[in-house]
Amino acid sequence: MQKHQHTASAKLAAPIRVMAVASCFAIASCGAAQSAPTPAAAHFPVSITGPGGATVTIAQKPHRIVSLSPTATEMLFAIGAGAQVAAVDDQSNYPSSAPRTKLSGFQPNIEAIAGYSPDLVVAAEDTGGLVHGLQALNLPILIEPAAKNLDDSYLEIKQLGVATGHGAEADSVVAGMRSQVGAFVASVSRPARQLRVYHELDNTYYSVTSATFIGQVYKLLGLSNIADSATAATPDYPQLSAEYIVAANPDLIVLADTKCCQQDLSTVAARPGWGAITAVKSGQVIGVDDDVASRWGPRIIEFMRAIAAHVRQLEKKAA
Amino acid sequence: MLGVSVRVTPASPVVLSGMPRLPWMWAAGGFLALLLCCGVGVLVGPVHIGLGTVLGALLAPLPWLGTGAAADPGQANILWSLRFPRVVLGVLVGGTLAIAGAAYQGVFRNPLADPYLLGAAAGANLGATLAIAFAPGMSLLGVNIVPLAAFVGAGAAVAGAYALGRSVTGLRSTTGLILAGVAIAAFFNSIQSYVQQTQTSSIRQVYSWILGRLVTAGWDDVILVLPYVVLSVAVIFLHRRLLDSLTLGEDEITSLGIPVRRVRLIVVVAATLGTAAVVAVGGTIAFVGIIVPHTIRLLVGRSYRVVIPLSVLFGAAFLVLADTAARTVVAPAELPIGVITAFLGAPFFIAVMRSTRGAPL
Repeated sequence: MQKHQHTASAKLAAPIRVMAVASCFAIASCGAAQSAPTPAAAHFPVSITGPGGATVTIAQKPHRIVSLSPTATEMLFAIGAGAQVAAVDDQSNYPSSAPRTKLSGFQPNIEAIAGYSPDLVVAAEDTGGLVHGLQALNLPILIEPAAKNLDDSYLEIKQLGVATGHGAEADSVVAGMRSQVGAFVASVSRPARQLRVYHELDNTYYSVTSATFIGQVYKLLGLSNIADSATAATPDYPQLSAEYIVAANPDLIVLADTKCCQQDLSTVAARPGWGAITAVKSGQVIGVDDDVASRWGPRIIEFMRAIAAHVRQLEKKAA
Repeated sequence: MLGVSVRVTPASPVVLSGMPRLPWMWAAGGFLALLLCCGVGVLVGPVHIGLGTVLGALLAPLPWLGTGAAADPGQANILWSLRFPRVVLGVLVGGTLAIAGAAYQGVFRNPLADPYLLGAAAGANLGATLAIAFAPGMSLLGVNIVPLAAFVGAGAAVAGAYALGRSVTGLRSTTGLILAGVAIAAFFNSIQSYVQQTQTSSIRQVYSWILGRLVTAGWDDVILVLPYVVLSVAVIFLHRRLLDSLTLGEDEITSLGIPVRRVRLIVVVAATLGTAAVVAVGGTIAFVGIIVPHTIRLLVGRSYRVVIPLSVLFGAAFLVLADTAARTVVAPAELPIGVITAFLGAPFFIAVMRSTRGAPL
């Protein structure tokens, strides 16, 4: 089995190198990763304890990683492990250089995954007997579940760094994220009357509370999240009633359903009763990329940058 | 829902002229219940609005009574744009599902028949899922594409079941039709599940849709379904005596000169039209079409001259009440209405069955 894997990776080594070069144009952090020496290989085997408490041991630096999580894919490429990725799932649409396949992270097919002879599988959840099935095949599987806050996200990036032999790059990615978050937080002035925000996940009014990593971004920027009064019903992603949203009268509406449901200022303004909302009247209805605003990877910084810019605008107007 | 037993009840030895008329007490009670539930529906919501404001908002458009302008434009906006149309939609959806259920039970002489027996729910779900997954946010002639697709899907499923059943058994019995409906529903469900599984980004909306929710596009939805609901309810209402006659054996009815197959077809088409319309805007709300007519049978009587009109009134009242619970129990979050209809309806129905032990089911 081991021997077979070696020959497989040797055969594929050449195309992977080509891919790594190609992906450098897409990812800023790639250049840094390439110039850095690769000492991490010496540190294997590594043992990683996942959030669920299960420990996974990775014998040597993985070269045929299969990612079934779009967020993990983004993290892997950001820390310079992209060249080691052999296959990603059908939802992993970023970066575009990721080797997208028909593998599914929602309905994982163990046989199809094993067909890529992976030396590490990363997924966001253990569905369809994924962990059990891969363990039976002696394939290491790392579950990096949906983050509840930014710290979870940092931890997962660092874990993936250790698991792939890119610990130093992962640390620098996290440090960069932390400093940018700090800068965004410092850039807003937090007026006495908190600005109210409504974050929309889809056009049936699912939203996020402050107990989620997206909600944490709003909290850090000093906004009051209208979904927080629904935490008794659903702590993280409640479905709000339209009546309540209109009455709560948010100053800012963030649409994370621009791709799934084609929502924008005009569709929101056309909803019955919504024309009376302050955010709609003042045009403070902003669309964000559904993916960027739902993945807990490094691009969360892009999302926070966009929100911080709008918050500064709103604060300036109010002042 | 699909495990329909096709036990055909033997022809009951009732004489048509001896059928009871609708007791006026029950009719008045039905109207009162509907009025009460609508009252609760407009008064209670995630946003607290006082009785005075609600009355003021209701009367405001009337030139001789209202003050012309509501006291609080924000609350009036919530009432007129969101709450009132939602209550009205609840009336239309609940009344239609209940009467369609009663009609199906009469036509198929099957106590487990519900408006989704011939695949209307499966068809609507498939249509809606396809629209949500592949044509998000699109509209046709100013109408959101999701209800249109659901309407077309429901109609297509039932038409398919009818054609299939007819080609197999020639409509000699309703059994072939029911089995065709079961097959069509299973087929549509499998396609729906496949699309849902492969289009994971829209899974939450599809889920929302399937469990049912009276999220209104304001009065637009009401206006959209109103013609179908009126037509469907009127046709079924006019056939209530003929539905009574269908409880006799087919030979007997034929000898009375009643065109059984035509009656069946007309009632099924009318019930399907109404079901497809309300499912298009409310999702596949479970339970109402079975529980409401059966409760009336147990409490009032088995004649369709009783069951049909009372189903409309009590079905509407029940759904308005269920929707009020759906939007207030976990306010400001919402629950799917399908959860409430079964959660409230099942214990109530069991209580009715226990208290009327011995009554013919």
